[in-house]
Amino acid sequence: MPVTENVVTIKGLRKEYGHKAAVEDLDLDIHAGECFALLGPNGAGKTTTVEILEGYRHRTAGEVSVLGHDPHHATREWRERIGIVLQSSADETPLTAREYVSHIGSFFPAPRDTDEVLDAVGLTAIANRQGKTMSGGERRRLDVALGIVGRPELLFLDEPTTGFDPEARRSFWRLIESLKGSGTTILLTTHYLEEAEYLADRVGVITHGRLVALDTPVGLRTEVEGAIVEWRQGGKKREKATTTPTALIRELAAKHANGDGEVPDLEVRRPTLEDRYLQLVDDSNGEGES
Amino acid sequence: MITEVARPGFWTLLGERTKAELRIFFREKDSLIFVFLFPTMFLLIFAALMGGIDVTEGMDAPVVVNFKQYFLPGMVATGIIYTGFQNLAISIPVERDQGVLKRLRGTPLPSSVYFSAKVIQVYAVSVLQLGLLLLVARLALGIPLPTDLDSWFTFGWVFLLGAATCTALGIAFSAVPRTGKSASAVTVPVVLILQFLSGIYFPFNQVPDWVQTFSGVFPLRWMAQAMRSVFLPDFMVAQEPGETWALGTGAIVMGVWLVGGLALAFRFFRWQSHKDG
Repeated sequence: MPVTENVVTIKGLRKEYGHKAAVEDLDLDIHAGECFALLGPNGAGKTTTVEILEGYRHRTAGEVSVLGHDPHHATREWRERIGIVLQSSADETPLTAREYVSHIGSFFPAPRDTDEVLDAVGLTAIANRQGKTMSGGERRRLDVALGIVGRPELLFLDEPTTGFDPEARRSFWRLIESLKGSGTTILLTTHYLEEAEYLADRVGVITHGRLVALDTPVGLRTEVEGAIVEWRQGGKKREKATTTPTALIRELAAKHANGDGEVPDLEVRRPTLEDRYLQLVDDSNGEGES
Repeated sequence: MITEVARPGFWTLLGERTKAELRIFFREKDSLIFVFLFPTMFLLIFAALMGGIDVTEGMDAPVVVNFKQYFLPGMVATGIIYTGFQNLAISIPVERDQGVLKRLRGTPLPSSVYFSAKVIQVYAVSVLQLGLLLLVARLALGIPLPTDLDSWFTFGWVFLLGAATCTALGIAFSAVPRTGKSASAVTVPVVLILQFLSGIYFPFNQVPDWVQTFSGVFPLRWMAQAMRSVFLPDFMVAQEPGETWALGTGAIVMGVWLVGGLALAFRFFRWQSHKDG
């Protein structure tokens, strides 16, 4: 098969439900071997976009290519090359984790070893428990196991760590890193900014069905100039983004000159990815109402 | 990657999928009790309640036919409609709601394998279910079973055709319940009403004429009637409408529903729930 530089190519993608556009004029390329994170508030069009790429939904307009194929015409050969971890996980299967992983693996030409997969997602100890007796987090790890057992070239992860405790999330991140290390291209959607920051090579922010930012996590963060200044006023936490933090602090200091001269809980920090993200979402909400 | 990989073949996949379907069926208490064991349990209950009644009373009958013997063919037909229709019409919406179907759809599993495995599940479960039912009928209740080859031949084709029809209709009907939770509530009454109309719970000649005619639209009536021809003595045909077992008409009605069920199943089967666009 030809080596494609871009595993996913999207040009002018549009999806309408009734007369409402859920995705509008979306352009995006995902490179081979990268982990790409798609961020955005609920209802922004993340899952719609991802499910079009997975072949579950049909687009209204635009061009889409995934591993050189149009997902609208999904073939068995194409499905053998992708792995999907869907957003919701309500599968109350009476199959055990081991049975289920081995079962789904049997559909693929060169599946991963069942025990290796169970080990990778940390389910070895409960490999003989039925899916329906598992906790939400355990079931989510089973979802991931079922998504990777076919040895996919491209892995879709739709909010994979929702409901994980911090420790489980860390170990999940290590799993994704090792998959990346083995050359798997990953498309991740997530609500957790620190997850995108930790895992993603590039981040796309989508609001109201449009891509409003596309950069590396570091690049996105440094797009915000200046700093965030935080302090307490009248018992309430205040926060202000400014390009002139020193001037703001001088102003605050002047206001507090009567007491002991200290601004309560003063903090000056560089904006995080989350700050930049929230700014992007706020901006687009302003436009969206017009 | 240039290496040509060995793709699992149809029969390998079918074996895998069938194994999973059977595991899932027998591990679910609901399907085990309310589908698999139900006809046998019902036969035992009815035999205990009505075992004293002879359905040949007042007839010029060469042998006495007890109600429990009359009830057996109805339970055979019930087993087929439960395992084929009710089982699929409930379990598929549940699987759809839980995202199982969507998950499978995202794998290389061909849909032909998925449906073939469902069909095998129905037949394998029915064979075991009817085997148990007949064993209990014979050994625990002393109900006489046919000894001639003709009867068993009829039993064979009615079972094969009836199960195929029920399976097709079960898959087609799985599109009706909007959620997995509502699937039993939507499906069970349909089966229950059909059972009453089709003379499963009491002798068919006690059902009003118009009900006999109306129930003739549906396959269950003909399946039950054909099964009565297997398990009841020949003279009992006098109690049937038109004094005939109507095997030919039965085959046609079941065949028409089979074709119609397949067409509806192809047209309306859904891999994803309504809320999932």
